[in-house]
Amino acid sequence: MRPMPGCRIFVSGDEAVAEAVRLARPHVISAYPITPQTVVVEKISEFVEDGSLQAEYLHVESEHSAMSAALGAAAVGARTFTATSSQGLLYMAELLPYVSGARFPVVMMNANRTLATPWALLSDHRDSLSQIDSGWIQVYCEDAQEALDMIIQAYRIAEDPRVMAPIMVNLDGFLLTHTYEMVDLPGQEEVDGFLPPYRTENKMALDDPKTVCYAAMDEYMEFHMKQELDMRKAPAVIAEIDREFGERFGRTYHGMVEQYRCEDADVVLVTLGTVTGTARVVVDDMRKEGHRVGLAKLRFVRPFPRQEMMEIAGRVKAMGVVDKDLSIGYEGIVFTNVNSSVCDLASPPPRINFIGGLGGRNISKQHIRSMFNQLIEMAGGESRDRIQFVNVGCEHNG
Amino acid sequence: MDRPKVVEYTKPHCVEDYPCGAFKAGHLVQDNAGWRVFRPIINQGKCIGCLRCFLVCPDGAIDKSGESLEIDYGFCKGCGVCAYECKVGAITMVREGDETDAGL
Repeated sequence: MRPMPGCRIFVSGDEAVAEAVRLARPHVISAYPITPQTVVVEKISEFVEDGSLQAEYLHVESEHSAMSAALGAAAVGARTFTATSSQGLLYMAELLPYVSGARFPVVMMNANRTLATPWALLSDHRDSLSQIDSGWIQVYCEDAQEALDMIIQAYRIAEDPRVMAPIMVNLDGFLLTHTYEMVDLPGQEEVDGFLPPYRTENKMALDDPKTVCYAAMDEYMEFHMKQELDMRKAPAVIAEIDREFGERFGRTYHGMVEQYRCEDADVVLVTLGTVTGTARVVVDDMRKEGHRVGLAKLRFVRPFPRQEMMEIAGRVKAMGVVDKDLSIGYEGIVFTNVNSSVCDLASPPPRINFIGGLGGRNISKQHIRSMFNQLIEMAGGESRDRIQFVNVGCEHNG
Repeated sequence: MDRPKVVEYTKPHCVEDYPCGAFKAGHLVQDNAGWRVFRPIINQGKCIGCLRCFLVCPDGAIDKSGESLEIDYGFCKGCGVCAYECKVGAITMVREGDETDAGL
C-alpha cells in the first residue's frame, strides 16, 4: 500500500531511495540486482507492477546492459534511473563516460560495497571512488533521509541546462542501505512543484534529427573542455538547488561540504558517508570535554569542493582525512583530492590520512576519538605518520 | 544526386559555443574517400542499367537519379564490390592517378 503523502515512514536506505524514485517519476528504469542494492530495484518493480509508478521497467541481463539501456532511453529524452553496486558498477564502467560525454542526466544509486578479491559484501568506497574520472557527479549520503532527498535533488542538478551531467548517489552498503530509520516522505505535489518534467533539446527526435554519441576525432578535446567548463558551474547550481529544496521541504544539506562545529575548531576531520554520523557524536562528546574539534562532511567528490577545503584547512592547526578506500601503491583517494587543494595554501596545516573500514571493517567512536587525539597532538607540534591504518586486526608495519 | 552535400564547416569561436551533447544531423563536413587505392569507373557503353551495383554498394555511393549511373567519388571507398558483382563487366577498378589505362 502506498504511504500517505507528507507522512513519516519507517524505511531502510534502499526503500527510501525507491520511494524517492517513485516521487521523481522517471520514464524508464533499467536495472540488474546486486547485493546490497537489490531492495531498491525490487521495490521499484513493485511500484511499476501496482501502477503507482507509471514507467517502463527493463529487466536487463547485466549491469552493462542496464547502463546501455539507460543511455538509449536518455538519448530520446527520457528521465531514467538505474542502480548498482561494487562489481556491478565496474561492469558498467565502459558506459559511464559514454553517458557523461553525451551529456545525458542519468541518475544512478550506488550501494557502496567493496571490490573483490578477497570477495566480500560489506561496505567501503573502493567501487565508486574508482570511477571519479568518469565525468559523473558523485554525492555521498549520511542517512536515509538524505538519500531520499538527494535522489530528488539529483534529477534537478543533473537536468539543469547549466550542468547536464549524470549523477551517482552513493549509500554505504548495509550501514545505510539496510538500516531502518524514520524518514519524512514528501507529497507528490510538493515534489512535482520542485521537479518539473524533463525537457531537453539533447535528444534524438524525428522532427528535428540530431546526432548523439557521435565521433569527433578532430574536436574531441573541445567537447571535453566544454564538459569540464560546465562541470565547474555545478557547485553553484548544487548549492542553489539545495537552498530551494530547503525552502520547500525544510531540509538542507549545505551544498558541497557540510561543516559541523568547524567555526572555531583547532582540528578538523574530513569524512564521507555514514561514518560522519558516528563522528558527529564524537565531536559533541569531545566538545563537552573542551576540545575544539570539528567535522567537514565531504558530500560531493566530483566536482570537488576545492575552495571550501582550502578555507577549512586555512583556519585549522591539523587536518585528518578518513578514507574507506585505498589506491594501492599510494594513499587514500579522498586524501589525494583534499591534499591537492590544501597544498596550495601558503602554509597548509599538517595532515593525516586515516585508512579504515576496508571490506566493512568497523570504525567505532573510539577509533574516531583516537584520530582526533592524534590530530590534537599534531596541532601541538608533535609529528605523526602521514598514513595510518585504523582497526587492523594484528601487528603491522603500515 | 539527392544525398547530403558536403558543406563548409566553421569551427565555433570558443569552447562555450560547442553544443551540449547532440548537434544537428545530416551535416556532412568532409569528403570521406581519402584512403581509396582503386577507383571504379563505369563504362556507360556496356552498362545495361540493372542497378546491381546500386544495390550492393555498402556506402550508397552510386547515384541512379540521372540518365546514367554515376559514382560519388567523395564517398566511394574503392572496395570493388560493384565491379565484382557487375554481370556485364561494365565496371573497371583503376589505380588512383592511372585513369588513362582504363581501357575504355
